[in-house]
Amino acid sequence: MPVKPKALPMYTIVSRRLLAESIARFEIYAPLIAKKRKPGNFVMVRAVENGERIPLTLVDSDVERGTITLIVQAVGKSTKYLLTLYAGDQLLDVVGPLGNSTPLTEGKNVVCIGGGVGTAELLPITRGLKEKENRIHTIIGGRTRELVILEDEMRACSDNVHVTTDDGSYGRRGTVVDQLNDLINSGETLDAVYAIGPLPMMKAVANATRASGLKTCVSMNALMVDGTGMCGGCRVSVGGEMKFACVDGPEFDGHTVDFDELMLRNRTYSDLEKMADCRL
Amino acid sequence: MTNPIAPTTNRTETGVNPPPTSPNHLKPSQRMKIPRQQAIEQAAGERVRNFTEVSLGMNEELALQEAARCLECKDPLCIDGCPVSVNILDFIRLIMKKDYIGAVNKIRETNYLPAICGRVCPQESQCEAVCTLGMKHDPVSIGKLERFVADFEREVGLFTPPDIPVRRDEKVAIVGSGPSGLTCAAELAKMGYQVTVFEALHAVGGVLRYGIPEFRLPRDILDLETERIKALGVTIQTNFVVGRTATIDELFDEWGFKAAFLGTGAGTPNFLGIPGESLSGVYSANEFLTRVNLMKAYKFPDHDTPIRIGTQIAVIGGGNTAMDAVRTAKRLGAEKAYLVYRRSRKEIPAREEEIHHAEQEGIEFVLLTNPTRIIGDERSWVKALECQRMDLGEPDSSGRRRPVRVPRSEFLLEVQTVIEAIGQKPNPIIQASTPGLDTSNRGTVIVDEKQLTSRKGVFAGGDLARGGATVILAMRDGRLAAQSIDHYLNPADEAASSSTSLQ
Repeated sequence: MPVKPKALPMYTIVSRRLLAESIARFEIYAPLIAKKRKPGNFVMVRAVENGERIPLTLVDSDVERGTITLIVQAVGKSTKYLLTLYAGDQLLDVVGPLGNSTPLTEGKNVVCIGGGVGTAELLPITRGLKEKENRIHTIIGGRTRELVILEDEMRACSDNVHVTTDDGSYGRRGTVVDQLNDLINSGETLDAVYAIGPLPMMKAVANATRASGLKTCVSMNALMVDGTGMCGGCRVSVGGEMKFACVDGPEFDGHTVDFDELMLRNRTYSDLEKMADCRL
Repeated sequence: MTNPIAPTTNRTETGVNPPPTSPNHLKPSQRMKIPRQQAIEQAAGERVRNFTEVSLGMNEELALQEAARCLECKDPLCIDGCPVSVNILDFIRLIMKKDYIGAVNKIRETNYLPAICGRVCPQESQCEAVCTLGMKHDPVSIGKLERFVADFEREVGLFTPPDIPVRRDEKVAIVGSGPSGLTCAAELAKMGYQVTVFEALHAVGGVLRYGIPEFRLPRDILDLETERIKALGVTIQTNFVVGRTATIDELFDEWGFKAAFLGTGAGTPNFLGIPGESLSGVYSANEFLTRVNLMKAYKFPDHDTPIRIGTQIAVIGGGNTAMDAVRTAKRLGAEKAYLVYRRSRKEIPAREEEIHHAEQEGIEFVLLTNPTRIIGDERSWVKALECQRMDLGEPDSSGRRRPVRVPRSEFLLEVQTVIEAIGQKPNPIIQASTPGLDTSNRGTVIVDEKQLTSRKGVFAGGDLARGGATVILAMRDGRLAAQSIDHYLNPADEAASSSTSLQ
């Protein structure tokens, strides 16, 4: 039973639902953040006293109930810990909304592409695009059927939805880029692409749209400590200039982002993360 | 009635503020013969293996000896040398009388953070620089005496919050809980205002928390000073980014605040812009220090935030932040810790005490050296820093001799970690979210001599307005802004009360 969010202690988990074995959706009591959330914003979360500060995209909010929605995939120690929490538990720190809100086109023909848990970050943007009367082609994908999330929610705000899986266990066998290429080749006049997912996926999308100059907006999930422009850990090269994903982004023009550089940087702590993970 | 916040700068009017008579019977010539007492320090070989405080301060005996050196000048220059006009003469006299609690309360009249200032203030360029004794001998160790009385008070647990004679209804928002914000909050609370401090991070203190390492400012000291500000009735709201969680306009229109002080500091790191800065193993000093100080990465994996440090590391820069970073790296286990600075030893802008401590700890100073490129290995990790030798040419606008490149002097420094400590600029969030707030081309908020910005009721100070200065100058701004906010909110009282301006 979801907890009733009336005068709750800050950052209480109001509800929790598993979307896949390793992916959960949380509603968290944070009324100030709920009131200000816009598509593209994120929060920094520190669950416990010795915990890390990790960035999580604001998927949704309910101003009336004072809640925000976060979707968490268990990948490292902190996110795995979050998945052990249930309704009634409390997070220690949640701060936001951070980052710039996504610039949304109006009345255009757009493609929204979500890969894996990136679909969770894409959902509020797609909803925002729908409100601005865009025609929306959605492509969501995952390695396997389990990792295709939020299909119903995406259908509710899209004109059409294509699903791909790498292993063919659901929808089309292949990648979101295969589907995008078909859409580009179908002769449809497209105005913009919004793509959120793993860095290699966003890179492949940007490469697919580069030749035609189709405007492509991608979201940079870089390493962050504070999330407010203070550490510079989230720096990315955009058009040869150094940008901070937290305050200059998180979204950038996919055709000018140096994906390879960020992919290498994001590996900085991978062995240490494994070590922390083993101690769970 | 005396105003509790009024600085006692009017020292000649003994009838208004009678100084304690001197308990020191030594003649000036005898006082001058006492050598400057040295604070107790952790041995260098020991302290590079821990994060506990380097200086252990003075004990009572040392403090009494040191206080006895004070010449008790009729016109004490040291007070003018202090940015917040601490009545140094009076507090030293109280030490002579062994009234240490009286002494710390005397300091707190104009400086609400004595335990912090006694540790991190650059006294050698302020109060101690103008000490009369210092003209022929070593100056009185004013900073260590300040620290002694603050530590004494903490150890005996005799803190009592000052009386707040008036209660005022006006709510004032303080943005940022660094030195300027905390000082402004304390001063306004003492005047009776309803003060809320908004802090973006999960912990209070700003640069005192994320920037200054524990071996210079232990966290229990910072926590205690914070508690003392709360004891004045100040509310501290962490996890609140003004400009994002609520804007300044919303704080005024929806939250009922009548004035605001912006003290968000200079938290955005600069990078050199040399090739290789995206390699793994390159940090801004801000990130490096935040991971260690705020997130306690030195306790990884008991604390979840990781830090990666090579056996050889280089810190680029010569300021206090650079010293903090290089000494932190040494404590994290770096065998070779280099400080790469483009001018000579004489021009290093860090405090002399910090440079001295760094040298004691085995930091290798690579002077007259400018980094030109960071070189990575096949996994995209730092493996070397390419540098160029510099010469000093003619003085530049800052009066320091300008470094000039020596042609064909490139060499490689083998390191696995590069930390850039070349300065910070203000965080852009406040400026971008506050219409009508004028900023300079350096990104600092423009203020007048009363710390007022271009926005009505909005004041600013500290590094946000200065672009990068010291804790004590930030505190001076916070204190002055508190007085300006008082005048702004209650102009009618201004005529009634006696002069409360700083100068």
